[in-house]
Amino acid sequence: MKRVYLDNNATTPCDPRVVEAMLPYFTEKFGNAASRSHPYGWEAEEAVDYAREQIATLIHADPKEIIFTSGATESDNLALKGVFDMYRKKGNHIITATTEHKAVLDTCKHLAEQGAEITYLKVNDKGLIDLAELEAAIKPTTILVSIMWANNETGVIQPVKEIGEICAKKGILFMSDATQAVGKIDVNPREMGIHLMAFTAHKMYGPKGVGALYVSRKNPRVKVTAQMDGGGHERGMRSGTLNVTGIVGFGKAAELARKEMDQDMARISKLRDRLETTLKNKLEEVYINGDPAHRMPHVTNMSFKHVEGEGLMMTFNQRMALSSGSACTSASLEPSYVLVALGLGDDLAHSSLRFSLGRFTTDEDIDIAIQSIEEGVNHMRSLSPIWEMYKEGVDLSQVTWSPH
Amino acid sequence: MAYSEKVLEHFQHPRNVGTLDKSKNNVGTGLVGAPECGDVMKLQIKVQNDTIVDAKFKTFGCGSAIASSSLATEWLKGKTIEEAQKIKNTDIVQELNLPPVKIHCSVLAEDAIKAALADYQKKSDTEPVDTK
Ligand SMILES: Cc1ncc(COP(=O)(O)O)c(C=O)c1O
Repeated sequence: MKRVYLDNNATTPCDPRVVEAMLPYFTEKFGNAASRSHPYGWEAEEAVDYAREQIATLIHADPKEIIFTSGATESDNLALKGVFDMYRKKGNHIITATTEHKAVLDTCKHLAEQGAEITYLKVNDKGLIDLAELEAAIKPTTILVSIMWANNETGVIQPVKEIGEICAKKGILFMSDATQAVGKIDVNPREMGIHLMAFTAHKMYGPKGVGALYVSRKNPRVKVTAQMDGGGHERGMRSGTLNVTGIVGFGKAAELARKEMDQDMARISKLRDRLETTLKNKLEEVYINGDPAHRMPHVTNMSFKHVEGEGLMMTFNQRMALSSGSACTSASLEPSYVLVALGLGDDLAHSSLRFSLGRFTTDEDIDIAIQSIEEGVNHMRSLSPIWEMYKEGVDLSQVTWSPH
Repeated sequence: MAYSEKVLEHFQHPRNVGTLDKSKNNVGTGLVGAPECGDVMKLQIKVQNDTIVDAKFKTFGCGSAIASSSLATEWLKGKTIEEAQKIKNTDIVQELNLPPVKIHCSVLAEDAIKAALADYQKKSDTEPVDTK
């Protein structure tokens, strides 16, 4: 059976051209990039330098501004903890938002235990932070603002340029988790006034387990305190033998993204729009979550009212992969905190699906998706007591439920 | 997380989906859960001479919630009121091989059975059966 993969925000497949570029570095060119005394090391170092340049070119940065890590989680940790440690004398206040990835939120929680003061900005019903609220939250002790470029669940793009301007005006550092944006849309941290930026290879057709932190080197020159002790690699900010194969793949993925991004995205956004409009036309009570005007071109997060997301996914999960904002599997039974932060209401959050398309998504995939979703939603509604009540005209908000 | 074969089987072939006329005196209806918790079960029984002759359900929820309520209706049919009172969520957990994170689905199914029985008893004005 043909399987359809629409979960590219979770991870992307490696592009075969990426794998091809990586292969020699497992076997023939296996050297340690830090070995200065023989050609094995030189070869590896050269490959890392080349990849660093490919990645820097993609984000319009200087290669020296790229610090390799194990992925975006580590980059987020290094940026937040590293800035807190380095600039603590200046202040202890960090501003972030409630819809950030756990790699940022949990790191902030950790820092709060170390004496940091954290402000969590709310988002509006479209998923966007309020710039006036951000400005008002800044105090003399604020050292860092951490706001993601694009949200992983909704694809909503924050006003990074305006945030950068506010940070520049107030003289504080701006860090952005751009994991979901790099390689998909044009990302230029310098132009946006971003000083630190996290991203990862496996969301842009590169391998898993390699990421980067962009650290601005001039105007201002930013430094982060290393979070691991060791050989002092990566200009002392991140020790550990470099993952040469991974980095080579990351570099190749960046080069491909730079060359093919515009073309890819023009095609993918058309597919996304077709998926969205067809489903909205075919089914009643369908809602789009997140601001359609400020959104990644390959993502749509939709709620199918009165149908529970996980159950819905079970109707097609043998042939199609996507994610739900329902968290029936988690012990807490809490639906997605990102969707709840949009003020969605827990019922709509439980009814949500995230479709994230990618470079390898085809027209046929979208046909299958439309058919699967239409059939699944209709089937699940035929089983749903609240759909039945809704159809009978019962005002569900007036029903006395028994929450458990 | 993979589902057990029994959950999948009930999910793919749910038994006794539907609605009974809740205005009838011999029909008991239980509606439990809440949309904001991600699961709502409606379970109905039709009783004749103290025996459940029909049972129907509709469930908004994950696969395990649907399987739990489907199984419950299957078990209820043919049972007396007193026998039905004895169905426990742990029986459902065992039969469906539910993992710990899905135990709440079985609890909800037991609640739905209890609620349907209570509704029937209230309507028919019989004394609740002591199950202790
Ligand atoms: C916004 C965002 N930040 C961070 C991460 C973590 O990335 P990694 O898997 O490379 O650690 C992800 C991926 O899930 C993400 O979507």
